[in-house]
Amino acid sequence: MTKPQLVCPAGSLAALKAAVDNGADDVYLGFRNDTNARNFAGLNFDDKSLVEGIRYAHQRQCRVLAAINTYAQAGRFADWARSVDKAAELGIDAVIIADPGLLDYATKTHPALRRHLSVQASATSYEAINFCKEKFGIQRAVLPRVLTLAQVENVIRNTEVEIEVFGFGSLCVMNEGRCWLSSYATGESPNTVGACSPAKYVKWEKKPDEMDVRLNGILIDRYGNDENAGYPTICKGRFEVAGETYYAMEEPASLNVLEMLPEIIKIGVAAIKVEGRQRSPTYVAQVTRNLRQALDAVIAAPDKYSVKPAWAAELAKVSEGSQITLGAYNRPWR
Amino acid sequence: MIPVTTPLNLPTIPAFTLPPLIARLGAQQPQWPHSVNLVLALNAARKLNVLPEESLQELEGRTFRVTVLDTGMVVDFAYRAGAFRPVFRASATPDLHFTAQLSAFLQMVSRQEDPDTLFFNRSLSIEGDTELGLRVKNMLDALEWPRLAWQGLRPTFLKR
Repeated sequence: MTKPQLVCPAGSLAALKAAVDNGADDVYLGFRNDTNARNFAGLNFDDKSLVEGIRYAHQRQCRVLAAINTYAQAGRFADWARSVDKAAELGIDAVIIADPGLLDYATKTHPALRRHLSVQASATSYEAINFCKEKFGIQRAVLPRVLTLAQVENVIRNTEVEIEVFGFGSLCVMNEGRCWLSSYATGESPNTVGACSPAKYVKWEKKPDEMDVRLNGILIDRYGNDENAGYPTICKGRFEVAGETYYAMEEPASLNVLEMLPEIIKIGVAAIKVEGRQRSPTYVAQVTRNLRQALDAVIAAPDKYSVKPAWAAELAKVSEGSQITLGAYNRPWR
Repeated sequence: MIPVTTPLNLPTIPAFTLPPLIARLGAQQPQWPHSVNLVLALNAARKLNVLPEESLQELEGRTFRVTVLDTGMVVDFAYRAGAFRPVFRASATPDLHFTAQLSAFLQMVSRQEDPDTLFFNRSLSIEGDTELGLRVKNMLDALEWPRLAWQGLRPTFLKR
């Protein structure tokens, strides 16, 4: 049984330290610009915090991965190339890239720098992954959260590339790397500016009995005072469809694979990823600590494994909409 | 051995609501002393370089309100000309408004709970300029409290 790497998010130096101290094997982060898909005000790493973060992690045998996973925009390829150059210069252990043009640049310019295929590349088949290995020498691919466990296993059986899957965190609309919902309302999307629902377009309006949330003026949800809220993205909004108002695309919920962790490890995934570079060091510490304990428990005695109530409770608390799901891993339809 | 910088060994703060009488009395008291106190604390943090200069510049000219529901406290302040300043005659709609019970604010600043978690379960409400709110949240998240606490507690002669 291979022990998968635990890959944890960091939006700040404090979060990176929380991940390292609580048992992450890899920490992934972004630079302070639109070359990463969590480009929010005041988040991410400038050069000073990057140098300190890499030093802190490496001292403790933890690797640092840089997500450079938006698509290079017309006329600005140099900005994305510069991010890859910076990663190589500062001693980042691997770059996580989606754009084939940028992968090509990284392959030719920094052949010794490890390359991971980002979830934003939307590669769900072993053919796509093997193609990227042949052309760009990728060593790991992050699978979008659209495959069942059996489909993940089929990918693993047919490629030499390490496979990384999501283990915990806010769910996407299951269309990663190809989503334009945010562009419909704002003209900006994760692939272009590095954020779905950029904050400048989001408006929360508190009223006596409800709270409305609008994206560039479009009403996307209305919460009663006793209802849990989610992120202000169109995919998680409630809309009127054929006379009924409901979550027409998906409910706000977080993926949580604790329950099926032994099966995920058994099929041979190389790494398990935690979503949430936009979250606080508190979240990073809570999630990393619980997943570390669960992973270690499976490796120590897979047959005796069961989800401890304390892990489940803490992870449920930090979940979006305070709801958890197994997502696509166990869906019955294909 | 390499020192571990987290966690802070603080007592666990439960979710609680103070008796309604406290909010009623609190709301009748003058609010300006709260503003003055908070502004003094924020400016002290600024002078100690706890708050990053670059993030502070982005707050220039903006107004803030913090409402603590169960103490009846409403604090208005602004960041102007490079310093936090109390606002005595606040407008109806500041640029950014945080509202929560005292226990949620304590859980957030002590890093016991994540602000998004408190926002999802409706313990914390953020109104006004969402981007400014995100910037303030990320600035607070990036602070390294534990190291500060340790350095503050260690006698001077032990400091490197």
